[in-house]
Amino acid sequence: MTERFIAFEGVRKSYDGKSYVVRGLDLDVAKGEFLTLLGPSGSGKTTTLMMLAGFEIPTHGSITLAGQRIERVPPHRRNIGVVFQNYALFPHMTVGENLAFPLKMRRLPKAEVTERVRHALDMVRMASFESRRPAQMSGGQQQRIALARALVFEPQLVLMDEPLGALDKQLREHMQLEIKHLHDRLGINVVYVTHDQSEALTMSDRVGVFNDGTLQQIATPHDLYEAPDNPFVATFIGENNAIAGEVMELSGGTCRIRASDGSLIAARAGVGLKIGAKTTLVLRPERITLAAAASGPNRFRAHVHELIYHGDHLRLRVSVCGCDDVRIKVPAGSVETPKPGTDIDIGWAEGDCRALALS
Amino acid sequence: MAMVLSDETVKTAIDTAALTRRLRLLRRRSQVKALLLVAPLMIFLVSVFVLPIGVLLTRSIDNSDVSRALPTTAAALATWNGRDVPGEPLFAALAADLKASSREDVAEVAKRLNNYESGIRSSLLKTARNIRNAQAPFQAAFIDVDARWANPERWSVFKQAMPKMTDFYLLAALDLQRSEMGQITGVTPKNAVHLDVLLRTFAVSLSVTILCVLTGYPLAALMARSKGWVANALLILVLLPFWTSLLVRTSAWVVLLQSRGVVNSGLIWLGLIDAAQPLDLIYNRIGVLIAMTHILLPFMVLPIYSVMKSIPPVYLRAASSLGAPPFSTFWRVYLPMSMPGVSAGGLLVFILALGYYITPALVGGPRDQMVSYFIAYYANQVTNWGMAAALSAILLVAVLILYAIYNRLIGIDRLRIG
Repeated sequence: MTERFIAFEGVRKSYDGKSYVVRGLDLDVAKGEFLTLLGPSGSGKTTTLMMLAGFEIPTHGSITLAGQRIERVPPHRRNIGVVFQNYALFPHMTVGENLAFPLKMRRLPKAEVTERVRHALDMVRMASFESRRPAQMSGGQQQRIALARALVFEPQLVLMDEPLGALDKQLREHMQLEIKHLHDRLGINVVYVTHDQSEALTMSDRVGVFNDGTLQQIATPHDLYEAPDNPFVATFIGENNAIAGEVMELSGGTCRIRASDGSLIAARAGVGLKIGAKTTLVLRPERITLAAAASGPNRFRAHVHELIYHGDHLRLRVSVCGCDDVRIKVPAGSVETPKPGTDIDIGWAEGDCRALALS
Repeated sequence: MAMVLSDETVKTAIDTAALTRRLRLLRRRSQVKALLLVAPLMIFLVSVFVLPIGVLLTRSIDNSDVSRALPTTAAALATWNGRDVPGEPLFAALAADLKASSREDVAEVAKRLNNYESGIRSSLLKTARNIRNAQAPFQAAFIDVDARWANPERWSVFKQAMPKMTDFYLLAALDLQRSEMGQITGVTPKNAVHLDVLLRTFAVSLSVTILCVLTGYPLAALMARSKGWVANALLILVLLPFWTSLLVRTSAWVVLLQSRGVVNSGLIWLGLIDAAQPLDLIYNRIGVLIAMTHILLPFMVLPIYSVMKSIPPVYLRAASSLGAPPFSTFWRVYLPMSMPGVSAGGLLVFILALGYYITPALVGGPRDQMVSYFIAYYANQVTNWGMAAALSAILLVAVLILYAIYNRLIGIDRLRIG
């Protein structure tokens, strides 16, 4: 982390005076970073974004932007671009007028307004749409204009509140790349809110996972996927099997776990693990291999319940280590297809499963 | 091969035609069904609304009373040169018509003709009484009763009144008349009342509309922003006037505004005005504006409120995130987006105000009466249906022109009442 650009310190927010929507948020964002806030609905991620934009005032704590305390600065003086979920393009203005709006508010000379509007339209490749009305455009086009409007006044920070939520899958993936490229090109900060984890993983420098008003973990997409801090993050990001057990041995980064049926599993140890404590062992379905390929300490006999064909891969639901809902994902055609009701041998590497402390 | 191909083409063509016919048949069936469903209402509207109004409006140009009562005279007048004293045949024709007509018809004709030349009424009635028993030559008999029958002007009045249709009433409604030469000129200033009344009607309606916008817009904004029981209470307060009779509401203003009324007493008690000189709040323009604004306010508030309710707050957030201070957010975003409601309410209030009758009659002075008052006056008091219809027609045309202007400027499809 080079330079602290945004900082949340002890931020709490309550709407009703009874419960906190955001409770105790500490968060640092580096200059130029693309940060995504990810979480289920009601987890506090949007409230966090709204506090940054200035539409909500924190009940406690401070927010700093580029060294300035901003939690009491009204939104129109924060100079932060915001892209809203439903674009919020002004329906009574043309595209050009929508883009000129923030510039006129800043009293820029007319020639510069024209110049910057044209430049912003070129940036999102919508130059021919200047005189259209928002209602005459498709969702994707409106999204591009909303993006251009949030960037046209050259803010250092752009906030995006589920901006691609209303688009279809293909367009969404296309726009993800486009936003990513814009970020790389302009070197601005982006704080992006989504509940779509694949969106979070593909676009961000770092992802903050929210649940129940607290930041569960903030890490790079890779670390989040490979080394989740707690069971919530492990199961929220991607697909994970969770096997309950008890810590038997703990040495350095590895440990041995006894599952409920007595089998011993070798695993990497998560933070805060103690001998004798209950733990949840997390294991990605695609990291489990069927017997023929399995080697190493973790080899078990599993009972196949179900087999689902997905075209490019197969999914098995098996009972193993006292857990009867373990899912396995294997590439189609790589192995002989097991039959439901039979027993098979499965295994996984020690480094592929993590024992996490229960909070 | 070519033969087969053309056969195919012909076959498709026939099928398409049949399909089109079939589709049209099905569509027509559903149209008939829809028409039958609305038929009762259509019949009701046509019979009690369109038809009576249409008939009334024709009275503004209808002039068949004279020519119907005096058919022979009408024919004889056609050959008269219009300058000299007419000959015996015209006098004989008028005598024949007067003898054949009932007293009521003659009275109606006399009243009509009096519009063109005052004094002709009594002269004609007197002549008609005497001529019933007279014998030819009628020229002498007529002049014997009244020397004015020898005037060509007297006969040109008959000639003017003969056509089945007349623009007399419509011109009179705009303080215009036709000179003897047939040109349109203004009436003498002493008789010019209608234009003044029409202008006054528009001025009062416009003032009321502006007052309604100024008071109704903030109220609608408050309603749109409040939640829960506050919003309900405000809505009920706005709707409350709808549940009270117009007469009661207007009379309440009399109680409040009269010189010893609640408002004046309160101001005197507060020492703001001298007890000897209470404010003139009623039986003048101020009273009319206050009472009409109050009565028409719901028609302004409700359309604005419903439009404001449909403006998502995210637009205001967007404006503010783009750097617009609160006033600019209102002026550049909220106001333009709520404009359809303002224009709908404005149009509604203005058109309703144009036709106001009871309120100005009760709380206004003699110089505050609007065009409806004069329509009622002509229809009820002097039974001049032509004038009543002409004023109504002018009012209707004014409203239609207004509507057309509105449609051109804003577009009627953008009108949103609810």
